Amino acid sequence: MSEDVDPGGTLLEVRDLRVTFGRRGAWLGSRADGRGSWFRSRADRRGSWFRSPAERQSGRFVAVDGVSLAVAPDEIVGLVGESGSGKTTVARAVVGLVRPDSGSVLLDGVPLGPVGRRTTAQQRAAQMVFQDPRSSLSPRMTVAAIIDEAWRTHPSSAPPGDRTAALHRLLDDVGLDASVARHRADELSGGQCQRVSIARALAVRPRLLVCDEAVSALDVSVQAQILRLLVDLRERHHLAMLFISHDLGVVHQIADRIAVMRRGVVVEEGLTADVLGSPRHEYTRGLLDAALELSTAGAENST
Amino acid sequence: MSRTRTSHPRPVSDATTGDPLLEVDGLVIDLPVAGGAIRVVDRVTFDIPPATTVGLIGESGSGKTMTANAMIGLLPNGAATGGELRWRGEDLLRASPARRRRLRGHEIAMIFQDPLAALNPTQAIGRQVGEILRRAGRPRAEVRQRVLELLELAGVPEPATRMRSYPHEFSGGMRQRAMIALALAGSPALLLADEPTTALDVTVQARILSLLRSIQQEQGLAMLLVSHDLRVVAHVAHQVVVMYAGRVAERGPTTAVLARPAHPYTRALVESVPAVRTRTALAHPLPGTPATPANRPPGCAFHPRCPLARDRCRTEEPEPRSVAPGRWAACHFAEELLSR
Repeated sequence: MSEDVDPGGTLLEVRDLRVTFGRRGAWLGSRADGRGSWFRSRADRRGSWFRSPAERQSGRFVAVDGVSLAVAPDEIVGLVGESGSGKTTVARAVVGLVRPDSGSVLLDGVPLGPVGRRTTAQQRAAQMVFQDPRSSLSPRMTVAAIIDEAWRTHPSSAPPGDRTAALHRLLDDVGLDASVARHRADELSGGQCQRVSIARALAVRPRLLVCDEAVSALDVSVQAQILRLLVDLRERHHLAMLFISHDLGVVHQIADRIAVMRRGVVVEEGLTADVLGSPRHEYTRGLLDAALELSTAGAENST
Repeated sequence: MSRTRTSHPRPVSDATTGDPLLEVDGLVIDLPVAGGAIRVVDRVTFDIPPATTVGLIGESGSGKTMTANAMIGLLPNGAATGGELRWRGEDLLRASPARRRRLRGHEIAMIFQDPLAALNPTQAIGRQVGEILRRAGRPRAEVRQRVLELLELAGVPEPATRMRSYPHEFSGGMRQRAMIALALAGSPALLLADEPTTALDVTVQARILSLLRSIQQEQGLAMLLVSHDLRVVAHVAHQVVVMYAGRVAERGPTTAVLARPAHPYTRALVESVPAVRTRTALAHPLPGTPATPANRPPGCAFHPRCPLARDRCRTEEPEPRSVAPGRWAACHFAEELLSR
C-alpha cells in the first residue's frame, strides 16, 4: 500500500511491522504425551492449532508478522480479523505501547520509537480509545479530573485561560452535558464513559485516533450513537482513524479502507466496498460467510 | 437424534398437543437494594411451546438474563418473585427446592456465556458431561458410551481422546460444545442458552449457532436463546420476545417482528444492525441511554428515546396487547407503526 499512496498524503505508516512475545508460561511446558499444553491452547486462541516455522524455531509467539499499512489524514482505516489475529498488537505498536522486533511506525514519514522516546508532539498525535470504557477510566476520578490530567500530561495542548469553559466545550463536542464534569466515571453509563474516553483522547488535539473495539462493549442502541459521534468528529476535527473491530458490518459503515488480518499477517486490503463487496482472499470470504445478516435470517427460519 | 432419546424417552404428547412447555405468566422479580427493592422484571408474559426456539432480546439491564435465571432457579439471594412460571402446568416459583433440583438438568438445562467459568477446571470434560448420568446410577460403561455420543453430537472431534482433556486445553468454541454436551446429558426438554456465542469469534459463532439449530430440530427441544444480538436471535429463533427496562416491549414470530416491528424500540434495534456485504448508512441513533429498572421513566419507559412519543406516552404506561395474530406489543401506537 505504501507504494500506491502519495507519501505526502500519508499521516501514519506502518512498515513491515513484526512483534513477538516471550515464552510466558513456559514452565508449564508440553505434556509428555504431546496432548495439550499451554502453547497449544495459546496457539488455539489464534483460531487454529497453527504455529509458524519461525515460532517453532524461536519459541516466541509471533503476534504480528510483517504488517504494512498506511492511514492518510481524514481517512478511516478499518482493521478486522478474529481474536488473536494481531489487530490489537498493531494498535498498541502504533501508540508505542509495545516495542516491535523489527519494522517501523512512521508519523509524517518520521520513525517513532516506544512511547517514552516520542516527542510531546508525537505522543499527542496518536491517541487511543479502548474497548472497555469502564476499566479504561479511573473510577475514583471525576470527569473534570480525567480531562485535566490529559492537559497536565501535555501542557502544550492545554487551553489557555479558562479551563472550565474549555472543558465544557470539549464535553459538548462529544455530546455530553456540562454537568457530567462533576461525576466520577463509576456513576456514568457505558456509553457516557466511552464518550469521556473519546473526550480524553480529543483533549490533546490528536491527528489520529486509534479505536480498539471502541463500540464492541456497548449496547446496540448506544453503539450507533458512538459510531455517529466518531464520524462527526472526523469531519469536524479532520481526524484520521485506525478503527479496529471484529464486526464487519460496523467497519463497512464507517471505514474508507480496510485491512483483513489473520495470524499476524494482512491477507487482504483495499477499499472497504471492494474488499467486503467482492473479497479475493479465501479467509475474507470465510469471515463474510460466517457473519450474520439480518436480511437473510427469515429465509433460514422458514426452513 | 433417536439414540439420545432411548435413555430418557420424552412424552411425545407435548409436540402433538401444542400446549406450551413453559408459560411465563406475569413474572415479577424484585431485587433487594439498600432501603428497598428494585423491580428488575415486571409482569413479563410469554410462552415457550415445545420444539420451538424463543429468542429473548434486550440491552443490559433489560431483565432478560434474570428472566432466564428464574426458570432454572438461579436468582440471587433475597430476590422476591411474583406471577407464575408454569412448567407443564406446574408453578416453578412455588415448587419445593427438591422438586426444582429434580427438574434442573433433567427437564431444564442451561448453557452460559462463558464456558470457562461454568466448567470445572479440575475435572476432565468427559467426567463433567457424564456427571448427571453417574449420579443417576447408570453403569460405568453406559455412561462412557453416552458421553461419547453427546460429545460427538455437540461436534467435538475425536471424543474418545478429548473427553480426557481439561477445559483449559479446549478452545473457546470447543468449550462451548462441551457445555452443550453437558447440558444435553440429562435429556432436557428445554435448553436455556444465555448469550452462548457472545464470547466467540464470528466463524466459531456461526458453527455453534448452526449446531444449536440442528440439535433443537433433531431432538425436538425447546430452546430459550437470550442475546443482545438481534442477528443471532434472527437466525435461530422462531419467536422473539423483545425486553426493555424489565418489561416486554414486543413479542411474536421472528420473521414478522423483524420485517414489521410493532414497537418503536424494536424498529430502532432492527435499523441499528448494519449489513455486512453492502454499506449501510449509519442509523439515526436513539438518543440517551437504555432505561434501567432503577431509573424507570414514568409512563412508557421508552418515551424519552422514542421518536413517536406523544403526551399520552409520558403519563400512561402501555400494557402489552395483541396487535396482530400472534403478536403482542406494549405501545400505544403499535397499529400506526404496523400500518406504515
